[in-house]
Amino acid sequence: MTDASSLPLFPHRHLLGIRDLSPADIELLLDRADRAVSISRQSEKKTSTLRGRTQINLFYEASTRTQSSFELAGKRLGADVMNMSVASSSVKKGETLIDTAMTLNAMRPDILIIRHQSAGAAALLAQKVGCSVVNAGDGAHEHPTQALLDALTIRRAKGPLSKLIVAICGDILHSRVARSNIMLLNALGAQVRVVAPSTLLPAGIDRMGVVVSRSMTEGLKNADVVMMLRLQRERMEGAFVPSIREYFRYFGLDAEKLKAAKEDALVMHPGPMNRGVEIASEIADGPQSVIQEQVEMGVAVRMAVMEALLDRRRNQEGRGA
Amino acid sequence: MSVTLFNRAHIVDPSRGVDEIGAVIVDGRRIAAAGKAALNQGAPEGAVVIDCAGKTIIPGLIDARVFIGEPGGEHRETIASASVAAAAGGVTSIVMMPDTNPVIDNVALVEFVLRTARDTASVNIFPAAAITKGLDGREMTEFGLLREAGAVAFTDGRHTIANALVMRRALTYARDFGAVIAHETQDADLASAGVMNEGLYASWLGLSGIPREAELIPLVRDLALARLTGGAYHAAKISTAMAVGAVSRAKADGANVTAGVAIHNLSLNENDVGEYRTFFRLTPPLRAEEDRLTMVEAIKDGTIDIVVSSHDPQDVDTKRLPFADAAAGAIGLETLLGAALRLYHNGDVPLLRLVETLSTAPARLFGLPGGTLKPGAAADLALVDLDEPWIVSESGLRSRSKNTCFEGARLQGKVLQTMVAGRTVFSA
Repeated sequence: MTDASSLPLFPHRHLLGIRDLSPADIELLLDRADRAVSISRQSEKKTSTLRGRTQINLFYEASTRTQSSFELAGKRLGADVMNMSVASSSVKKGETLIDTAMTLNAMRPDILIIRHQSAGAAALLAQKVGCSVVNAGDGAHEHPTQALLDALTIRRAKGPLSKLIVAICGDILHSRVARSNIMLLNALGAQVRVVAPSTLLPAGIDRMGVVVSRSMTEGLKNADVVMMLRLQRERMEGAFVPSIREYFRYFGLDAEKLKAAKEDALVMHPGPMNRGVEIASEIADGPQSVIQEQVEMGVAVRMAVMEALLDRRRNQEGRGA
Repeated sequence: MSVTLFNRAHIVDPSRGVDEIGAVIVDGRRIAAAGKAALNQGAPEGAVVIDCAGKTIIPGLIDARVFIGEPGGEHRETIASASVAAAAGGVTSIVMMPDTNPVIDNVALVEFVLRTARDTASVNIFPAAAITKGLDGREMTEFGLLREAGAVAFTDGRHTIANALVMRRALTYARDFGAVIAHETQDADLASAGVMNEGLYASWLGLSGIPREAELIPLVRDLALARLTGGAYHAAKISTAMAVGAVSRAKADGANVTAGVAIHNLSLNENDVGEYRTFFRLTPPLRAEEDRLTMVEAIKDGTIDIVVSSHDPQDVDTKRLPFADAAAGAIGLETLLGAALRLYHNGDVPLLRLVETLSTAPARLFGLPGGTLKPGAAADLALVDLDEPWIVSESGLRSRSKNTCFEGARLQGKVLQTMVAGRTVFSA
C-alpha cells in the first residue's frame, strides 16, 4: 500500500497482546496505520500487498464490528479472507480449539484472526499453528488491536500520548479493552486513571499503573480523553451493580459529568454502546465524541498489523530462499 | 521366608526418632531389626545382603490424598497403574479418594476397591468413603458399616459441604465411630468461576481469581464445629497463610484438628502458572510465595501435620484447552518424595520431620499400619539416594496420565527400592 521498505520490520511473529510490544513496536504500528488511513479514504481502496495471502477469521464470540473490520482490512490489502462462523461449524459439535487450529493450519493460511471467550486462547492457538496469529480478543485478557486503534485515534487528535490524561471508566474487571489500553497508554507515557464502582475493579488494580477513582467528577478532572466501557447486561441487575439507573446516575457519562474533563476532551467507546447505561445519547452523538473515528481507525490499524506481520514473514521467506 | 539385610544404611525412622547409620533386617513380611544395634549382628543365614552405604532407608510413604479413576475413569488411572506409580515414588500406602464413578459411598464400593486392590495392586490401598451420599453434601453415608468394611476416613473428596448442619452432624456421628472427617474447603459461591489465585497476576491474565477467603471461611466454620462436637477434623488441603493461622488457633484451643497440604502448594506458587500453563491449574490454586513460605514454616512447627501428593490424573483432552476451560489437578505420586526433599536440601525442614509428615504422621492420623521401621512392623519401606539428581520427564512417568507440574524439573533424591510387606515392588 505504501513504501513498506522504508519502515523497520516488526519484530514479532504474532500479535497476541500489548504486553509483548515495546513502545517502539507500538509507534511503528501506529505510523503504519496512519498511512493506511489514507488508503481507506481513496475511492480506489484496494491494494495488493497481501495478494495471494489467505486470512482466516475464527470468531468464537459473535462480533459484527471487529470481525467486519478485520475482514475489510484484509480485503483492502488484497488478501483472500475466509470467515469461520462458529455457530455453524464443527466447534458446535464439540471440537476443541486445538483440533480446529490444526485443521485450519492444514489449509495453510498466512494469518489467523481469533476471538475467543477464554483468556489465553490466542496464545494457545499460536503454539499450534505455523502462521501468524492476531488476537481479536481473548476473554478478559487482551484486545490489542482495540488499544492500538484507540491510541491512533487519540494521537491523530491530540498528538503524542505522553503526558495526556486518559480516564477509562466502567467495567474494568471484565474488560480486555481496559487491560490492553492500560498497558499501551502506560508504555507511551500517558497518565491513566480508572473510574468504576469497586465491584467492577480487578484485584491488584492499584498496582496496575493507574490512579483509581470511584467518582466520575474526580476521575475525569482535567482529562484529555474519556474512554467509556460497555457494561454487559447480565452484570447490571444486582450482580455487580444494583440497577441500570443507579449505575447511570454515578458512572454513566452525561454532560454534567463530562464538564469535569478538559473542554476539548475526547469521548471514546469501543462499542457496541448501551445508550443510557454507560453513556448518554447526547454525549455519544455530541461534538466531543470520536466513536465513529475509532471505527475508521480500526480498519487502518488492522491493515497495519496484518501488513507488519506479513512483511516480516515475507522478509524471512526471502532470507530462507 | 526370605531374609534381607540392608547393611550400613542411613536409617530415618520418625516413629522412634531414629536418625542413624545402622542395618535393617527384613524377615519375611516384617521388620526384624532397624538401627545401629543391628549393625554388627552379622547376616542371618541365607540372608540377601544389600550394602546401603551412602543410602537412606525410610518407612514407605503414606499418601493420604490420592484420586484414582477406578471405577469409572480407568482411562485416567486404575488402582493397578496408580500402585505402580506409587511404588516408583517410594509410596507404600495410598488413601484413595471417593470421587469415583460410582462414588464410594456404600459398602459394596468399598469392597470393590479392596478386592481390586488385593488382585491388582502392589501397594496398600485404603479407601476413604464419602461423607455424604453421591458427594452431594446432604445425606450422611453409613459411617459405621463403611468403617467396618474398611473405609479408613470420610471425605467428600474435591467437594466442599456447604451446609453447616450437615457438617455438624457428620462430625458428631463420626466421633462415635472414631472416624476422621477430612475436608477440602472452598466456598463455591465465593470461588465462583475462579481458576487461579486472586491477585494482580490473575488480573493481568484476565483470569477469574479465587480469593484466599474462599478457603478460609468454610474452614473456620468447620474448626468451630470440630470444637463444638469434639469430632476429629482434618483440613485436607490448605493453601494459604490465613488457613495456617486458623488451624494453629484451633489447635491451641484444644480442638481435635489436623491439617494437610498438597506438595504442589508447598513447592510452587502462582507465578508458575506462567502463560496459561494448564498443568498448573489446581484446586486449591497455587498461591503467593508468602503463603507457600508460611506453610513451610507450619510443616516445621507442626501446625501442618501431613504432606500429600493430591495425585489427580487428568487426560490430555481435558488439559489441552484454554486455562479456564481445562480440568484442575496434577499427578504427584512419583514426584512426591523428590519434590518434598527440596525442602530438606534447601535447609527448610529437617529430614526426620519431613519423613514424619510423609509417612509416620499420616499413619497415625488415619490409624493405618506402616509409617514406622520398628521391629515387628510390616516391612513397608523405601531405599533412597537422597542426593541423586534426576530430571522428571513425562515419558518416564508410570502413571497412566501425564499431567505433572514437574515436567523438566530437576529433583534431588531418587527411590532405589520400595518394599511392601517385605516384597520388593519397585527397584530402580
